[in-house]
Amino acid sequence: MTKISVKVNGKRYDVPDVEPRMLLSDFLRDRLGLTGTHVGCEHGVCGACTVLVNGDSARSCLMLAVQTDGADILTVEGLGSPEELNVLQSQFREHHGLQCGYCTPGMLMTGEDLLRKYPLATDEEIREGLSGNLCRCTGYQNIVAAIRSAAAMRTGKES
Amino acid sequence: MKPTKFDYVSPSTVEAVIEALVASNGDGKLLAGGQSLLPLLNFRMARPSVLIDLNRIEGLSYIKDRGDRIAIGALTRHRDIELSPLIASKLPVMSAAMRHVAHLAIRNRGTIGGSLSHADPAAELPMLAVFYDATVLIRGPHGLRMVAAEEFFVDALTSCLKPDEIVVEVEFPVLDHGGWAFEEIARRFGDFALASIALSVRRTGGGLEGARIAVMGVADTPVRLKQAERELVALPLDEQAPELCSEIIASKVSPNDDLHASGEYRMHLLKHLSRRALRTALASTDQTA
Ligand SMILES: Cc1cc2nc3c(=O)[nH]c(=O)nc-3n(C[C@H](O)[C@H](O)[C@H](O)COP(=O)(O)OP(=O)(O)OC[C@H]3O[C@@H](n4cnc5c(N)ncnc54)[C@H](O)[C@@H]3O)c2cc1C
Ligand code: FES
Ligand code: FES
Repeated sequence: MTKISVKVNGKRYDVPDVEPRMLLSDFLRDRLGLTGTHVGCEHGVCGACTVLVNGDSARSCLMLAVQTDGADILTVEGLGSPEELNVLQSQFREHHGLQCGYCTPGMLMTGEDLLRKYPLATDEEIREGLSGNLCRCTGYQNIVAAIRSAAAMRTGKES
Repeated sequence: MKPTKFDYVSPSTVEAVIEALVASNGDGKLLAGGQSLLPLLNFRMARPSVLIDLNRIEGLSYIKDRGDRIAIGALTRHRDIELSPLIASKLPVMSAAMRHVAHLAIRNRGTIGGSLSHADPAAELPMLAVFYDATVLIRGPHGLRMVAAEEFFVDALTSCLKPDEIVVEVEFPVLDHGGWAFEEIARRFGDFALASIALSVRRTGGGLEGARIAVMGVADTPVRLKQAERELVALPLDEQAPELCSEIIASKVSPNDDLHASGEYRMHLLKHLSRRALRTALASTDQTA
């Protein structure tokens, strides 16, 4: 058992007994009760479990919780609240970018990383950025529209 | 919890890593980006008794300009290579290939040392190592050894690494190529390639004085096609050249059928990519000439 200390969504957690083999995804869901992070494939393909670790998107199913000792993690719960959605979340609502919602946390966290790192000037760039996230419902069209709109708002242009 | 039980250590020096490897008696596994190893652990296809995490080692993540060579530390992330202006100017073929390496979240974590050691026959960095004729620097209990990329890859998912060794650096010669191209086809953008080619040419007068070709997805390891390079240099550069180039390349490989594609389909893709690669490479020399 290993003791780890992590910051998740701005809150500090000191957890004394983490088994080395515990995945970050299971740690967030089962130990911290943060079930917003979804788990689909557990081998890196679907993207549902994507979170930000020290500001970069990462598959939480492909990291061990013990590796995040000292890290700063952002999960979908840290983006906004039901009363006050953040820009990307509000654009997902506006553009109907979700149906069942299973892929949505991963889409949002990937979208956050894309918005921070890429100009996202074309739909092709947005689609390339989303290529690691699977959605069985929407056909992606409205997800792309939501990110396009959030990118435009970010740069101050009308969407 | 998916993986089987293991002990976890995160040493801060390469020496301590080697000690831990020796102590584990062949039953230890190095953990770099975890983007290939964690899936294997989650499927319980790998069951190490101890996991040795490299991520707390200082000084294994760098891209250094050594004049005619570029040195990349084993723990350098795919994303840092993708964004490096030094790589873009000195190793342009690598720079162009990086956005094909998996997806953003995976590039944020995956490392060059991990990619080479994992030795996937459809992974870009192993192919580029063969293309550039890179040297892999390996450390073990008996010191440092250097292995040419072509010798490093032994078989699908198999490198020449011994269980107590660690890759510490990969050194890439800067090539004097006029024009170049990197072409790849995958089922979904960012997934492993079904077929891919890196090609560069040096032009002189009406013909070629040098060519370099490496392919992947069509054999158990990435391969440099030296005989095809010689045959390509002998070709007249008329409108037939792309077609003949693709015939030459196709005659050097015989891809097998597998889960992802038939050998015949991979061959079809490789021929198509070969034609496109030669056209792109020649066009890019025209611009710089
Ligand atoms: C969905 C998905 C898609 C992907 N698509 C692609 C793709 O299109 N192209 C591509 O190239 N890759 C792809 N990858 C793999 C990715 O690039 C990995 O990052 C890479 O293969 C392994 O690097 P790593 O640092 O994550 O290694 P790890 O997973 O940590 O380790 C892999 C292996 O190498 C060993 N190892 C690690 N570092 C060293 C070292 N320094 N010395 C000796 N041994 C070491 C480990 O013990 C292990 O056996 C994909 C991965 C996923 C999950
Ligand atoms: S659950 Fe992590 S990528 Fe699918
Ligand atoms: S909304 Fe159902 S999987 Fe994407």
